[in-house]
Amino acid sequence: MKKTMQKPILAVGPFHPLQEEMEFFQLTVDGEIVTDIDARISYNHRGIEKISETLQFDQVPFLVSRVCGICSASHPLAYVQAVEDIVGVQPPERALYVRTIINELERVHSHMLWVGLAGHFIGYDTVFMWAWKYREPVLDLLEEITGNRNNYGNVKVGGCREDIPNELKPKILKELDGVEKKTEMLTKAVLDDPILHARLKGVGVLSKEDAIAYAATGPTVRGSGIAIDVRQDDPYAAYADLDWNVISQPEGDVFAKTVVRLLEVLESLKMAKEAVTKLPDGPIATEVKEIPPGEGCGRAEAPRGETFHYVRSDGGNRPIRHKIRAPSYVNVPSFKASCIGQHIADVTITLAAVDPCYSCTERLAVVDGHNNIIHDYETLLQMSREKTARIKKEIGAPEFKMEDI
Amino acid sequence: MLQEELKNRLSEVKDKLIGIEETTERRIYLLCEAENAHAVNKFLFEDLALRFVIATGIDSDDCFEILYHFSNDETGCVITIKAFIRDREKPSIESITPFLPGAEWIEREIHDLLGIDFENHPNLRRLILADDWPEGVYPLRKACPERSEGTKK
Repeated sequence: MKKTMQKPILAVGPFHPLQEEMEFFQLTVDGEIVTDIDARISYNHRGIEKISETLQFDQVPFLVSRVCGICSASHPLAYVQAVEDIVGVQPPERALYVRTIINELERVHSHMLWVGLAGHFIGYDTVFMWAWKYREPVLDLLEEITGNRNNYGNVKVGGCREDIPNELKPKILKELDGVEKKTEMLTKAVLDDPILHARLKGVGVLSKEDAIAYAATGPTVRGSGIAIDVRQDDPYAAYADLDWNVISQPEGDVFAKTVVRLLEVLESLKMAKEAVTKLPDGPIATEVKEIPPGEGCGRAEAPRGETFHYVRSDGGNRPIRHKIRAPSYVNVPSFKASCIGQHIADVTITLAAVDPCYSCTERLAVVDGHNNIIHDYETLLQMSREKTARIKKEIGAPEFKMEDI
Repeated sequence: MLQEELKNRLSEVKDKLIGIEETTERRIYLLCEAENAHAVNKFLFEDLALRFVIATGIDSDDCFEILYHFSNDETGCVITIKAFIRDREKPSIESITPFLPGAEWIEREIHDLLGIDFENHPNLRRLILADDWPEGVYPLRKACPERSEGTKK
């Protein structure tokens, strides 16, 4: 007789107030250890690729900026670069700098958002409050430049729609100096913190080989020692003119990804300031009248990784095919490599570490197949905190004091 | 791998291609028939160690096209394999997921949206479409109506 044993399944998702998107993970668990993971996506499929075929080339940037609220500068940028690849047009210098500034400010506020959420997920709300507070001036700047905190709607084929007025330059530089000082303080505090070392090191390791096999991108692979970055590899906008470095860390764990993001914030602030200082004079758009038949690929480094757009034109005024690949599409499947073998209490932060802005702590219900015990959010948070305390005791980490910062 | 070396290495799979197009300095398209796509993909991923970006499925009028986009991160070149599936009745192509796990989702997605069968795919379940979506209706095919009869006003 065939013996069957039902494996306990732990459900993460699909809905959570903190999430931008709905995703559903089924974790197969053996006691505390995760043995398999299955993801279900597309709870919020909006058919954007299909809608894009019904819009004119000029209308599509407004559509694709709604692919993701946080990446609402990189998606339209990747799209217009794909169309510019078809047309073979080069936007004016000033437009390239304006694009760079907006995209770097986007990266700063997106990474700060992640740092805050990551702190919150591991029960460290001080980091959450700091990061989100320091993120605010960046959003205010974006609002002043483009009119919106998100969904900037500022790029078009051949250039930009709105300029950054020269009078605004001193204010931007002053605000960014302020943000930089605070971010440096936050970075030092986070990297010096023994609790975070104990909690995040060695957790959710994505090896270099797995990162390549799953074709992952962005800070997710830069935390695994692969220094790829579209801004450097296939330079677009004004990135080739600026002085900056690609940040990478070899370890592949959640801590490495945190370090990468925090250092990238500082790097982005430096780039944004340099771009504002160097902002050349001139027009901000080249007129593009017709899109010839052809096909083009455009890509941009969004905060989460490479955003890829493929556009095909038949010479009419609408794309006949528009493919969008958001970075999370290749980062999320890498959970299969990084979550298996982990403790349940570590899974949420591992899921959050690729920054799909996703973690489901509050709706996490652990069903133990043998005893039918259900752990709610509070219990899991408690378990997570107990683990931190245990590890801290094991490694003899000193008590954390606010005055030390 | 530098651009020159890349072009030299590409000649190794020349007999499997029906054409090479270079639209710009950093965009190369390799045209091939569906039955050769698996071998060319394997060559780009394993022998040339290029990074897989994504695949695009297109309903062209007389055939289906699957575009496999790869990136050479050293030169910023995007190399796209354009595979033509001529059989419109029962379109199928060999899956690349067995050696490239990063392609699992996109092959499932193209299967959902265009109805293309990926042979030897380990897990060709629905990814994008809802559970109650009718069988045999493929939203990205040109023949697919924009709204189904039920919702038309």
